[in-house]
Amino acid sequence: MIKILFFAQIRDQLGVSELQLPSAENNDLTTLLENLKLRDNNWLSVLSKGSLMVAVNQTMQADNVALCSGDEVAFFPPVTGG
Amino acid sequence: MIRVQTEDFNQQREYDGLREQSSVGAVVTFTGLVRDMNQGEQVASLTLEHYPAMTEKSLAQIVSQAKQRWNILACTLIHRVGELTLSEQIVFVGIATAHRKDAFAACEYIMDYLKTQAPFWKKECNSQGTSYWVDARESDNSALDKWS
Repeated sequence: MIKILFFAQIRDQLGVSELQLPSAENNDLTTLLENLKLRDNNWLSVLSKGSLMVAVNQTMQADNVALCSGDEVAFFPPVTGG
Repeated sequence: MIRVQTEDFNQQREYDGLREQSSVGAVVTFTGLVRDMNQGEQVASLTLEHYPAMTEKSLAQIVSQAKQRWNILACTLIHRVGELTLSEQIVFVGIATAHRKDAFAACEYIMDYLKTQAPFWKKECNSQGTSYWVDARESDNSALDKWS
C-alpha cells in the first residue's frame, strides 16, 4: 500500500488528511495523481492546480518517480513558513 | 542545531550558544515575528501547520547546502509551530562564522530556502475571527534566483 497525505488548503478542500491505496495500481507518481483526480470533480479541480507541490518519502519531487509499497506521498500547496 | 517546537525561544541563550568557539568572529541572527497586517488583513493570530516527518529533514538539507557554500562554524535554526499571537517569535536563524560576509549571506540563504522549501503553512485569523490560509508570494520564489 502507498500512504498518501494531504496538508493545509489541499486537505481542507478534499476533506481528507490521509489515504492508503494499493501500490499495484499506482506504481508511479503521475498514475497515482491521475487516479486521485478521477474520484470526482472536486478532486480533479483541487489536484489540477499548477501550484500543487508533491513530496515522496519526505523529499520534494518535481518530476514523475516510481512508487512502491510502503512509500509515503504528500500533496500540499506552496509553503508559507518563516 | 535544528529545532521545531511549539515553545518560544530565548534570543540571548541562542546567541550565547553561537559564540562559544573562539574562532567565531561574526554572528548574524534573523528573527521572524507575527505581524499585525498581512495581505490587507488585520491579523489577530496565526496557526502554523507543518508536515512533521518532513520538516526537520528539509531544514537539515537547507543548512547542509549552506554549509557547502560558506564556512559556517555554528548554525541554529528554530521554527515554531502551533498557535501564535501578534509579535510572537516564529523563526530564528543564527549563523556564526569567522567573517561577517559569510554570516550575512548564509543567514539570508537559509531564510530564502526555508520560505519556499520547508513544509510549513500559515493560517491567519483576522480581527473579525475569520481564518484563512496565507497565500505564497511570488517574490519568495524569485528571491532564490540570486543563489543560482
